[in-house]
Amino acid sequence: MRKAENDRNRCVACGLCALRCPREAIEIRKGCYAFVDITKCVGCGLCEDACPTGSIKVKEYEVARV
Amino acid sequence: MKKGRKKHWYEYLWIWTIVYFALGFFNILFAWLGMIDFILPLIFAIVGGNKWFCNHMCGRGQLFWVLGRNMKCSRRKPSPKWIASKWFRYGFLAFFLTMFGTMVFQTYLVFSGAGTLRKAIKLFWTFKVPWQWAYNGSVFPDWVAQFGFGFYSLMLTSTLIGLIVMALYKERTWCSFCPMGTMTQGICKLKAGKTKPEA
Repeated sequence: MRKAENDRNRCVACGLCALRCPREAIEIRKGCYAFVDITKCVGCGLCEDACPTGSIKVKEYEVARV
Repeated sequence: MKKGRKKHWYEYLWIWTIVYFALGFFNILFAWLGMIDFILPLIFAIVGGNKWFCNHMCGRGQLFWVLGRNMKCSRRKPSPKWIASKWFRYGFLAFFLTMFGTMVFQTYLVFSGAGTLRKAIKLFWTFKVPWQWAYNGSVFPDWVAQFGFGFYSLMLTSTLIGLIVMALYKERTWCSFCPMGTMTQGICKLKAGKTKPEA
């Protein structure tokens, strides 16, 4: 499963990822960094494509089977 | 940017950036309007503790997107890592503020009568470009125009730097080290530090 993950130390909180996200899964938290709601994220990669710093990346996640 | 939804008025603010530079070409006093772009983000950060200005209203960032993405003027390559590093961001902010201070001091010299009005703009803090057509006297004292020339130089230089990094790297690479962005994020972090943002 593909999900976006953000490096908060590198993020400049420009908000471009949040603007691009088609699922409104990203919000800028208190002007500090972009927060990705992985329950909404569909891993489309539009945020990664726009991010000027390369802090937000789409990564492959293993889904735990119960 | 998302298709199929109504656009807000502030998504067209990239037009304002073009209008701003056009106005300053004809009359340098219009350069003062750029102070809006300085003061508004600070108000958002200090009062609201957010970067709403950067996120939604920055005409410059929008212009880089329109030129870089819509008009395909950007290589869209990832920028070097150091551009978004803390030392570079805060270093550039310090440099920018020093230059801003120098510009204010020059305005003060004209105000106090120790300096004379220079009808030129300085690009990249180095190259002097004659700009005398943009000012032929006004009801305001000379220092008002001097600040205009200085401020317009600052705005034009930073936009040119932004355009260069837009062409070379991602569209809005300027945002990674924009002094206003660094400053407002710093303020927001200080504010959030008191009330820790949840993980």
